[in-house]
Amino acid sequence: MNTPQHPVKKMSIIVSRGSLDGIYPALIMANGARMEGIEASLFFTFFGLNGLTKSTMDNLKVATVGNSALNMAMPMLGMPMTVPFPTWMGAIPGVSAFATHLMNKEMEKLDVPPVREFLEMISDSGGKIFACKLAMDMFKLKNEDLWDRVDGVLTVGQFYEESAGEGTHILFT
Amino acid sequence: MKKTIAGKEVDVNEEGYLTNMSEWNEQIAAEIAAEEGVGTLTDAHNKVLQYLRQQQAAGVALTIRGVGKSGVVTIKELYDLFPGGPLKKSSKIAGIPKPVGCI
Repeated sequence: MNTPQHPVKKMSIIVSRGSLDGIYPALIMANGARMEGIEASLFFTFFGLNGLTKSTMDNLKVATVGNSALNMAMPMLGMPMTVPFPTWMGAIPGVSAFATHLMNKEMEKLDVPPVREFLEMISDSGGKIFACKLAMDMFKLKNEDLWDRVDGVLTVGQFYEESAGEGTHILFT
Repeated sequence: MKKTIAGKEVDVNEEGYLTNMSEWNEQIAAEIAAEEGVGTLTDAHNKVLQYLRQQQAAGVALTIRGVGKSGVVTIKELYDLFPGGPLKKSSKIAGIPKPVGCI
């Protein structure tokens, strides 16, 4: 690969969604950045805080309602991606839990860790994990409700300060 | 393509990874480590390199998580030992192909 003139030096990734499928992409991008020697920070806001709250982070679910892109490959039923997953089925009790179970199994096969272990990996690699102050206030969350290794609770202004520097990219997920 | 590393002519790809892991030796590792800014290789480095070579020889796809669970090195230590791209750099120094996974 040729050496780019303006390499990506840091990824500041905002995590705004709290479903399993909403959170994984951000974790994969942050971890991938660290693997390439790129700095990474994750900023959990709104429903994304589900992934950073001790009582919810181990029980995130795949969104099966209102997800028109869901297909028979995604809940890992061994069918091709072209077979749609009827949206009304997503509302049946247990379907989200089942789809989540299948997705977790598939992720494990790909060596993608569960959310808590993934965050530990990113933190061990030197990545930073932040929570959004406004969203904390909104959900009435206290610092002790959060995962122990959170690096801080930031305001939007502090997030931009944290993200400062040439070669930083801010990504909203 | 051919490249002379530590006085030995070896086959490498365009990114400088050895294409034949049996051409590797410790002098080659030391020279690539210096080029990659890893510095002098210690016992801790060498343990990782040996582990990676064993895994590669066994045909196992390498991931950071897998290396972290091996008991050879923790993820934190791996990042400290090979700063700026731990799995990429350690693989290059170990004379094995660049890992292709995203994890």
